Amino acid sequence: MRKRNRGYDVIELEDVSYGYGGGTLLTELSLKLAPGSFHFLTGPSGAGKTTLLKLCYGELLATRGRVALFDQDARGLTRDDVALMRRRIGVVHQDCQFLDHLSVAENIALPLTVSNRAVDPAELNELMKWVGLQAQAGAHPPELSGGERQRAALARAIIMSPDVILADEPTGNVDWEMSLRLLTLLVELNRMGKTVMIATHDMNLIRSAKAQVSARVLRISDHKLQLAGADL
Amino acid sequence: MNAYLSKTLHFVAGDAQADRVVPPTGFTARLTVFAAAAMAFLTVFALALSLATGRLADRWGDALAQSSTIRISAPEGQMDAQILAVMEVLATTPGVKDARPLSDEEQHALLEPWFGPDLPLDTLPIPRLIEVVEDDDGYDAAGLRARLAGEAPGAVLDDHTRWREPLVRAAERLRALGLVSILLIAATTAVMITLAASAALAANAQVIRVLRLVGALDAYIARAFVRRYTLRALAGATVGTVLGMVALAALPSADAAGGFLTGLGFQGAHWLWPLTIPPLTALVAFAATRNAAITTLKERS
Repeated sequence: MRKRNRGYDVIELEDVSYGYGGGTLLTELSLKLAPGSFHFLTGPSGAGKTTLLKLCYGELLATRGRVALFDQDARGLTRDDVALMRRRIGVVHQDCQFLDHLSVAENIALPLTVSNRAVDPAELNELMKWVGLQAQAGAHPPELSGGERQRAALARAIIMSPDVILADEPTGNVDWEMSLRLLTLLVELNRMGKTVMIATHDMNLIRSAKAQVSARVLRISDHKLQLAGADL
Repeated sequence: MNAYLSKTLHFVAGDAQADRVVPPTGFTARLTVFAAAAMAFLTVFALALSLATGRLADRWGDALAQSSTIRISAPEGQMDAQILAVMEVLATTPGVKDARPLSDEEQHALLEPWFGPDLPLDTLPIPRLIEVVEDDDGYDAAGLRARLAGEAPGAVLDDHTRWREPLVRAAERLRALGLVSILLIAATTAVMITLAASAALAANAQVIRVLRLVGALDAYIARAFVRRYTLRALAGATVGTVLGMVALAALPSADAAGGFLTGLGFQGAHWLWPLTIPPLTALVAFAATRNAAITTLKERS
């Protein structure tokens, strides 16, 4: 089990701006993700939710301000440093990308493979059972439904037991029942001590989380980050 | 050294799971194997040319440098006397190790390529030749010429300098051209493998994105491609080298035909030289693919 981070926020953004092509997408944005916290990130399409998440896992560098990942300035990280950070930050995209020539089980175990860590078949099987994909272990990604792909992406994101899970519209392509199931899985992970941030424009999903978890809802509006109403 | 060897063995042995992260690329795989095989085949011939011309230059340089010829043109009645006079001069010339008049059969053999086998040598006014072999110190050519002019006016010394040097120079240039050809082939191999690897990297942009997303280091991604292309180049070069060696071995033997072209091949320990082609090709492929992979990964960061 990885040691919990004490004394610093796992991800911290301080007066961050991001822009491209002369325009500004995000500005004066400050955010701290404390260990074990649960955040929802909302806002209209194109507001910059995905960009903010990318800043949080080192895919993009802020044009201004400071982003710290596990107390390290993102600007000073090499490509390999970012890769090592990704082993501590599980990411789930709306358009989950897999290696189509590998089986679902191999895709889920990919973070272990690229880290040269042994894959324990029993643990892998247990994880696949937890996300309800045991029967699809030998299938290939193109054979999976939208919901199954999301759950496979979630399993892949957590197999390294990361400290943080960032999910970008994880319920965007699935029905309501599947959305609730994914939310439940993310809440369970949070109860295990993982920091979770979900970018979504689905307010019903956020309301549904109310009964399960103490979450903070953030909203991007007019290029800035605001606290949306009271914490859930 | 042990660490380096262990690294190399680990690279060759590979990691079955890691190898699978890059999808099989049939088209570029076949291209790489074929290009490596063709280049290795050509390298075998360039190497054989270089070694054969090297041998030729050495032979001409060594053999002709220590031999010369005296040509005697004299009326029929004076020929024997002139030969005797020349032999006496040579016997007392310092630096001459051995001298002998060529026999009729030897002169006949020399002229046969031009006049055919039925040449009536005895009816033709053909000059007589005396072969002179010098010792390690050599003789004074100018002094010998002066003495011959006095003792045997019909005798002319040809110390081969006039035509030996251009021949040796030509053989040496041919050897250099062979070596340049090998370098060009190596460079072309590198270019072709770089293009194939770059095409594969471009075609696998999504694979690279996914691998980065799950925390793969650049070295891991590069190694997956580099190992694949290095092994393909090694396999192709091995096939090309074997085919090239078989083709050379099948050439007519130099003794039977006696010409330069039929002497194009390997002799003795020189047969070991082509065995270095597959590992060297693999080394070129390793460097080319690694460079292409690192450049591509840097561009996509």
